[in-house]
Amino acid sequence: MIGVIDYRAGNAPSVGYALERLGVDHRLVTTAAELDGCDRLILPGVGAARATLDSLHASGLVEPLSNRVRSDGIPFLGICIGLQVLFEHSEEGDVAGLAWIPGSVRRFDDEQRVPQIGWNSVHLRREHPVTAAFPDGGHAYFVNSYYASPADPDHVLGETAYGVEFCSIVAHANIVATQFHAEKSGELGLRILSGFAAWAP
Amino acid sequence: MGALMLTKRLIACFDVVDGRVTKAQQFQDNIDVAPAEELARQLYDDQIDEIVFYDITASAQKRKIDLETVRRVAHHVFVPFTVGGGIRSVDDMFEVLKAGAEKISVDSMAVRNPDIIRAGAEAFGRQCIVLSTQVKRVGVRAGIPSGYEVFIDGAREATGLDALDWVRRGEDLGAGEIVVNSIDRDGTATGYDLEITRAVADTVNVPIIASGGAGTVDHIADGLTTGGAQAAIISSILYSPRLDRNVGVRELKDGLAARDVLMRPYLL
Repeated sequence: MIGVIDYRAGNAPSVGYALERLGVDHRLVTTAAELDGCDRLILPGVGAARATLDSLHASGLVEPLSNRVRSDGIPFLGICIGLQVLFEHSEEGDVAGLAWIPGSVRRFDDEQRVPQIGWNSVHLRREHPVTAAFPDGGHAYFVNSYYASPADPDHVLGETAYGVEFCSIVAHANIVATQFHAEKSGELGLRILSGFAAWAP
Repeated sequence: MGALMLTKRLIACFDVVDGRVTKAQQFQDNIDVAPAEELARQLYDDQIDEIVFYDITASAQKRKIDLETVRRVAHHVFVPFTVGGGIRSVDDMFEVLKAGAEKISVDSMAVRNPDIIRAGAEAFGRQCIVLSTQVKRVGVRAGIPSGYEVFIDGAREATGLDALDWVRRGEDLGAGEIVVNSIDRDGTATGYDLEITRAVADTVNVPIIASGGAGTVDHIADGLTTGGAQAAIISSILYSPRLDRNVGVRELKDGLAARDVLMRPYLL
């Protein structure tokens, strides 16, 4: 059972529809109690970093999430803001993140239009079960003004160019996160969700 | 480098009345096309890059957006989905996002209450708020230095706002994308109004979406190159019964690629 974290500023229902299409068991999780019985978790996101973190704190989800993912080690997928909040710090609103992965989140410079909105290609830096069915250089849908910069290059699974080369997929132990919207990246995005649903790290 | 890798987007636009897609001409005389859910599924299968859904009578009828149809469409669309029409508050936006949309389009309501742009961007991030504008060429005159005026309520009401002043203000308030919808060209298949599209693209630094008038691949290519837009809204060319021939997404993308416009490749 995949738990999809459904907080105020998120788009959990879209992720739910995608999992439904894939025939994967899932439930939307709004409280800590609903985490029981979930053996993997997805943290989606469309919003701003601060709104997302505030909303997770307000729902009392931060500590139980951390316990399930960091201590119990169940597979975790972050999407978009769900990737950005994993780092130590974000320039967006100058907020502290969950700090599950070393590094920070920075804003694109204004040499290009910000936000980046649209389909961009993702270059895979290594093999990983979650991206096994995703072709190197395949296109995915991005909507972001900020990007993550992991401190450890080994945590970079995918890279994308938008003025800078940035980390578009991060992977570390039982944690994977995509800057693009896997649930809104057509059939290639569904392959990533499907890879995650079958992943046994 | 870098910035060039981001592809241009083809966005299918649905003007929805009672759950069905309709097609207007210069914002009038809507004729029925198909159920929104069915057309959405078909266009997703045909690899459209994005879909935008306007509940075109919600605002005039002073009712809330048709969430049930939004939900039904969202079930079949695994590409970005924007919804607009009758959005008056952050709570309205919240309901639409929870129904499965990624982005909210604001138009007439934003002219009446520009603060809704700021409030929406604060609650959901600027990437979530699309400012859609209905612009008409009226000639340069006092208060309208660009020669293009903003209209609202299905192009019926003039606002006295200059198009470029309004988009600049919209960007400042937090809009993450701006749709330039030409009233003169809407549904005419005579090409986008490239002059105002380019002027808006040069005025703001958020992505621009050309809208109104695309009837051929050349029109779309022009909007994405000469017009300076990052995305093109199309509808007639895909499905208008008024045109002799409709064109599928694959043929459009092949045609754009042949004109050196970088598009998301069609997956075989």
